[in-house]
Amino acid sequence: MNDVAVETRHLTRRYGPIVAVRDLNLSIAKGEVFGLLGPNGSGKTTTIRMLCGLIAPTEGTAIVAGVDVREAPDKIKELIGYMSQRFGLYEDLTVAENMDFYGGIYGLEGPSRRGRISEVVAFLGLDRRLDQLAGTLSGGWKQRLGLACALMHQPSVLFLDEPTAGVDPAARRGFWQTIHRLATEQGTTVIVTTHYMDEAGRCGRVALLSQGHLIALGTPDEVAQQVGGQDLEDAFIILQQRDEQEQQT
Amino acid sequence: MRLFIPMFRKEFIQMRRDRLTLGIMVGVPVIQLMMFGFAIQTDVRHIPTVVFDESRTPTSRDLIAAFENTGNFRIVAHVDGRDALDEWIGKGDAQAGIAIPHDFPRDLARGTTATIQVVVDASDPLSSQAALAAAAGVAQIRNLAILSAAAHRTELPLETRVRPRYNPGLRSPNYIVPGLVGVILTMTLVLVTAMAIVRERERGTLEQLIVTPITKTELMLGKIAPYVGVGLVQMTTVLLLGRFVFDVPLTGNVLLLYTIAFIFIVASLAMGLFVSTLVRTQQQAMQAAFFFVLPNILLSGFMFPRQAMPAVFQWIGAVLPLTHFLKVLRGILLKGVGLPELWREIAILLFMATLLIALSVRRFQKTLD
Repeated sequence: MNDVAVETRHLTRRYGPIVAVRDLNLSIAKGEVFGLLGPNGSGKTTTIRMLCGLIAPTEGTAIVAGVDVREAPDKIKELIGYMSQRFGLYEDLTVAENMDFYGGIYGLEGPSRRGRISEVVAFLGLDRRLDQLAGTLSGGWKQRLGLACALMHQPSVLFLDEPTAGVDPAARRGFWQTIHRLATEQGTTVIVTTHYMDEAGRCGRVALLSQGHLIALGTPDEVAQQVGGQDLEDAFIILQQRDEQEQQT
Repeated sequence: MRLFIPMFRKEFIQMRRDRLTLGIMVGVPVIQLMMFGFAIQTDVRHIPTVVFDESRTPTSRDLIAAFENTGNFRIVAHVDGRDALDEWIGKGDAQAGIAIPHDFPRDLARGTTATIQVVVDASDPLSSQAALAAAAGVAQIRNLAILSAAAHRTELPLETRVRPRYNPGLRSPNYIVPGLVGVILTMTLVLVTAMAIVRERERGTLEQLIVTPITKTELMLGKIAPYVGVGLVQMTTVLLLGRFVFDVPLTGNVLLLYTIAFIFIVASLAMGLFVSTLVRTQQQAMQAAFFFVLPNILLSGFMFPRQAMPAVFQWIGAVLPLTHFLKVLRGILLKGVGLPELWREIAILLFMATLLIALSVRRFQKTLD
């Protein structure tokens, strides 16, 4: 099982009577770019937060990079990178200061931190922005900086929660190229949630969630064919409507 | 504790960059010290006084002069009726009234008890007390003079010699300024750290921070550490101004004072941090911080003596770091006492600082639940 990066076993999360994620079983291989799709409230974000150790599962568990999220949620944080839809970095610090801070709290010191910062800067093309305050960056650059900070410690699994919200199309394309380079060149597993169906098509495999449970799983083409839709977007809408009808009856 | 250092550096850069807050933190102590240092006078003098002299004789005028000569009364008006006297005090144009009846000189000459009336506006506790004491004093001195003349004595049978130790001039600044050091530190430091965690929560940076391996303790200590420096700068500013503007003595060991101040500052910051873990928004943090600050001013012994308070409020006062730091400030600055007299306060402050940090760390959840 050495090539499995993330495995969920009956992963469930309740908020009182509401089931946000229900009995989720997934196995994601190392180096895979895996998409979690679903409408708002389908449980994508809750799933990602459980996998990052930010919230505890109510039932079941997940193994992330070989660590059980129930047993060692703090250990997981050293092994994963996380970037949320909301820009979570310090707007009153410069690009370089943000990276230096995150390098620091991921435990990198002295020369190894400086070395890693210049690697990440080169990888993401941030070199001309280093002294700019993060608050003055455009959406696309903010997102690159977010990625840079999440990559400081070379995580084996990278979680991206709607990373391209509010980013222009050109920057989105560049961002996806970067994601694929990470997966192929460095073997990083990338788990990404998105609303955009063209982006979902760029994932190796996708899982469709609706009202907290899994309704389809496979490559984008397979998921589309499963329901006889022309493409992923059709499939998405068909599956979602079907699921809602089932829930009502 | 390795990850404390990057946290500290980050907070330091942010603090330095937030010029407005930093300016307020250094400016506020200066303004407050100048304001309160000059404004607050506990020895009330020159109370505006209205006189109703029914007898209008040299004897009564002599008595009025005696009142005025104490320095506590300043005659602002003579009225010709008791109603007018009450009206002056009622409107607040005068805080004391002296009524001398028609019979006054006659009774005095006869040797029966002559009565005068002093009316005091007791809605203001400090000045009414000063007026009462001064009025009693005037009567006593008069009585003594008359009695010793009658007894043909030139020396007093008994004299009390009062020595006001540690503040021989009974100067208000000597009392107020050391207290202000503690009050200013409490006010600014509790407020600034009360915002610390909620600000990160509101801006969304906390979410990114808690997916990193930094521990809660590292996060908390890193957050307050830069403000320890700010607190020490504030204290130095107030002490220097106190010394050179208000002439407040600095009798004891300065090194000891700074050591204890360090502990007190950490305790105050930890208190703010604790507030920060109780609230969800910066606005709530602000309100909660004010809620914490007011008892510090009123119950710590800064303005009102704690011995006079009911036991419950003495206990509440005893759990405030400021109460103990005030003893230290007055002890070192005015009395010049040292470690043997202050070790208890040091132990209490150390305990409070540790407890408040531990509580904050416990309350703060490194999860989004």
